[in-house]
Amino acid sequence: MDELRLLSPQGMLGYGYPRESLEEGLSRSPHMIGVDSGSTDAGPYRLGSGKPTVPGDAVRRDLSLMVEGALELDIPLLVGSAGGGGAREHVEWVLDILGEILGRLGRRVPVAVIWSDVEKRWLLEKLSRGEVESLGPVEPLTSRDVEEAARIVAVMGVAPYIEALESGARIVIAGRSNDPAIFASFAIWKGFPPGLAFHLGKILECGAMASVPGSASDSMLGILREDRFFVEPMNPARRCTEVSVAAHTLYEKSHPLLIPGPEGVLNLENVSFRQVTPRGVEVRGSAFDPASECWIKLEGARHQAYRSIFIGGVRDPIMISRVEEWEEATRKALREYFGPGDWQVLFHVYGRDGVMGPLEPVEAITSHELGLVFEAVAPSQEKAQALCSFARSFLMHYHYEGRKATAGNLALLYSPSDIPMGPVYSFNVHHLVRVDDPLEPFRIELREMG
Amino acid sequence: MKLGDLAQIVRSKNAGPFELTFDLIFPDPETFRRVRNSGVITKELVARLYGLPSEHVLHLVFVPAARAIKATIVRPVPSGSVGDTDVYGAQQHAPWLDVEVPLPESQDEEVEE
Repeated sequence: MDELRLLSPQGMLGYGYPRESLEEGLSRSPHMIGVDSGSTDAGPYRLGSGKPTVPGDAVRRDLSLMVEGALELDIPLLVGSAGGGGAREHVEWVLDILGEILGRLGRRVPVAVIWSDVEKRWLLEKLSRGEVESLGPVEPLTSRDVEEAARIVAVMGVAPYIEALESGARIVIAGRSNDPAIFASFAIWKGFPPGLAFHLGKILECGAMASVPGSASDSMLGILREDRFFVEPMNPARRCTEVSVAAHTLYEKSHPLLIPGPEGVLNLENVSFRQVTPRGVEVRGSAFDPASECWIKLEGARHQAYRSIFIGGVRDPIMISRVEEWEEATRKALREYFGPGDWQVLFHVYGRDGVMGPLEPVEAITSHELGLVFEAVAPSQEKAQALCSFARSFLMHYHYEGRKATAGNLALLYSPSDIPMGPVYSFNVHHLVRVDDPLEPFRIELREMG
Repeated sequence: MKLGDLAQIVRSKNAGPFELTFDLIFPDPETFRRVRNSGVITKELVARLYGLPSEHVLHLVFVPAARAIKATIVRPVPSGSVGDTDVYGAQQHAPWLDVEVPLPESQDEEVEE
């Protein structure tokens, strides 16, 4: 096979895409369809809670059309990081939806499920043997981190996908995945060079993001050859340019030229981009430096506390000029009333530093209004609500220096004003674990579904 | 000239939950080269723009093939943890826009590396 065509209908399952774009992609006779379904980008809630963050109906619609297309062309469909976080609950959620779709179509299909949940006992043993390292600017992993994590997943490379494809699966529903592996696995399985395969995979996993205007809610086709690949968006309203494709190469990665994964490092030091058609770009020179050992990334989140908030606006110029005073007075009143302990409050003051927090270089407030999101974090929802309620009533009637508006200090946005936000999670595992076999933390199961 | 007027794209985004990365992309190779050769874009500049210790600036890389400059810093608070103000890290780029880049009049080939 001298040319491999890979179709990415969208950058995130459930984000939607135009049906015409998928149909255009299917008309090019792709050899596979792949779709990314998860990320850590939306924060730790998905992984911590085990809940999805896209609506079921959206996944149902997006997945249906892909399943129909893949079955019609008799090509594999690969879904990576299923359900948002790739944990058991997420994978099961997508499997349920897939089951409904296949039932409706009246088709029975071999489906490979790749589970990526990490057993704590396995990880603790790895930890005790010194086979765990920090990934980036995080503290070394402790056994306490492992115990406290609500869920831990391992991020798979291409090996589990290839194993699943070898087993004859037509649809693969995979847990947490290194995003490019969804596409790179198929290309490597078909014998194409890993550098080009991973680079193309990195572009395709985001849908049409690497085009202008970029979008994760639209389709992109990649055509891979032995020494180069070509990318083109399937919507005629978009086009790939040398800059759009080159820029995407930088997207959401720490280093632009050396992009690590479980198998090694995608090396883009000698990459070149060339506009070869009005809407398509050709890429050459993507290289791959294989790793001598296999280190798999782990992600874990722990339940930290509960959160409540209220949202209030400030329009009074005197109140705006006294922001430090009323913030400090409210904190002091809270300390006196609740005593020191296991709670904290945060003042997100939009118009001051609500967006950038400690990174904000501008000190002067020049806005005619401020938005306050008051946040209370405590071991229980009741305590968080109590802190929120106390702070709101205190601040509403606090008498700051020079006050003229004695009826109330806040334009409260909602009734009720104090909003329970549920559990708060934080990422507490972001580490690498050494394995002898890239399949080790993963479990592959073949099912007949439909 | 201000960087915001020279660059076509100035953006920020998470690079994983613990890092924040900035991309500056220029409209043509010449503008990229002139900005790079100005010597203004350094790790020290990044540290100063964001009030960080210099060891929190993890990378500063010039990428001619993409006409781009990329800088990556340690996030002050991990994405979505208590105290984070920007879960995707998408609105942390503004300080770059006002950076003054003194551009040589012409003949900047002399300072080509």
